[in-house]
Amino acid sequence: MSKYQCPVCEYVYDEEVGAPREGFPAGTPWSEVPDDWNCPDCGVRDKIDFEPVG
Amino acid sequence: MTSVAAGQGVPDGNGQAASGNDGASRDEVSWRDPKRYAWMLGLVVPAIPFLIWLGYQSWEGTWAMHLVWWMAPIVVFGLIPLLDLIIGTDGENPPDELIEWLENDRYYRWILYLFLPIQYAGLVLACWMWTTYDMTWFDRLGLAISVGVVAGIGINTAHELGHKKVEYERWLARVALAQTFYGHFFIEHNRGHHVRVATPEDPASSRVGESFYRFWPRTVSGSLRSAWALEKKRLARSNRGPWTLRNDVLSAWLMSVVLYGALIAAFGWEVLPMLLIQAFFGFSLLEVVNYLEHYGLLRQRTAKGGRYERPTARHSWNSNNVVTNVFLYHLQRHSDHHANPTRRYQALRDYEEAPQLPAGYATMILLALIPPLWRKVMDKRLLAHYNGDITKANIHPPKRDKVLARYGAKAASA
Repeated sequence: MSKYQCPVCEYVYDEEVGAPREGFPAGTPWSEVPDDWNCPDCGVRDKIDFEPVG
Repeated sequence: MTSVAAGQGVPDGNGQAASGNDGASRDEVSWRDPKRYAWMLGLVVPAIPFLIWLGYQSWEGTWAMHLVWWMAPIVVFGLIPLLDLIIGTDGENPPDELIEWLENDRYYRWILYLFLPIQYAGLVLACWMWTTYDMTWFDRLGLAISVGVVAGIGINTAHELGHKKVEYERWLARVALAQTFYGHFFIEHNRGHHVRVATPEDPASSRVGESFYRFWPRTVSGSLRSAWALEKKRLARSNRGPWTLRNDVLSAWLMSVVLYGALIAAFGWEVLPMLLIQAFFGFSLLEVVNYLEHYGLLRQRTAKGGRYERPTARHSWNSNNVVTNVFLYHLQRHSDHHANPTRRYQALRDYEEAPQLPAGYATMILLALIPPLWRKVMDKRLLAHYNGDITKANIHPPKRDKVLARYGAKAASA
């Protein structure tokens, strides 16, 4: 399971946890998150800008 | 080419954590926030209904009694622009290594939180005065507009709270928006406006050739539709329809219904006209501020893939007028806010490369209400920002030919 971080606000998408409020239940792989999804905290970076962490 | 030159981007501030050996150890901080105690002045605004009540007690029976009801517009559009002129600007920035420390100072949060109980106590007092005192229609209009100005500045408080990562601060943002029935702003602004800022797709970015009066219906309706579409899309990913209280637009509006219902139950139907007038002036005040913030500014498309370049300092108008900045929690340091939306107000910085408004928001709002004056003051600044090439600006499509002709870009019209 991987984690991806927003380069602006440090929000982390963790595949293990998902983002249920955003419609991505726990275990949703990053590849299933749509490309036009943007950071839910700051809104100024898109999925493709996120950087892998760990 | 549209790539952004070095130095135009706003550094994101992350990765610049205090290192301890650069002379700024957190225990012996030599930098002091010069506006630290001035931020408390922001609480004067929600207290305006109380000041009106005091003024009425003091001047009952005199001509001044009729002026007192108009206190909020007199303070915001008279006194504050005057103080801005006298006190001037301040480009003071906190050192990069202290930003995190400054953001974690809870004093600044409490000032924001305190705004809300004062705002709502003031609204209740206004309803009480509306139904108790013997007022002329002119007095009533003044009181409703005064309450609306407070409500509009309350949207600014909601804006600051709504950007934060802390769940209860986001909830408080919706509470602050209940008074203007504008709870959908919290969704559209964070997930819509910040994504599409300074592009033709953003209803809340104004265009050259678009007066405030043309902008108003476009932003009010566009923002509402955008908020609904964003929540519908989010809920659809969980296979849910939009008609649920999980929809933040509906849950935020429910707060307004409860608030208005409670006030009508307490004071009777006669308070409804005041509630409607103040809501209209409140959200219109927000929208006129939206009009100032990105007027004519446009993010260019990058060569590859046609994405818009990222928002930089060059895509927001800024102002360093101290007095307006103190009353609006640094909202006028708008470039840094768009680069780092979750950053707390006290830590927002000024950028030299950001285009500057010639005066603070309070003054610029008055100009925006008089379109020929606005164009005279702003269009030349916009043109200078784009080195005379108006085709780089965000132009209102129906006025495109007219704008191009007026600003001498015949050859460049495509």
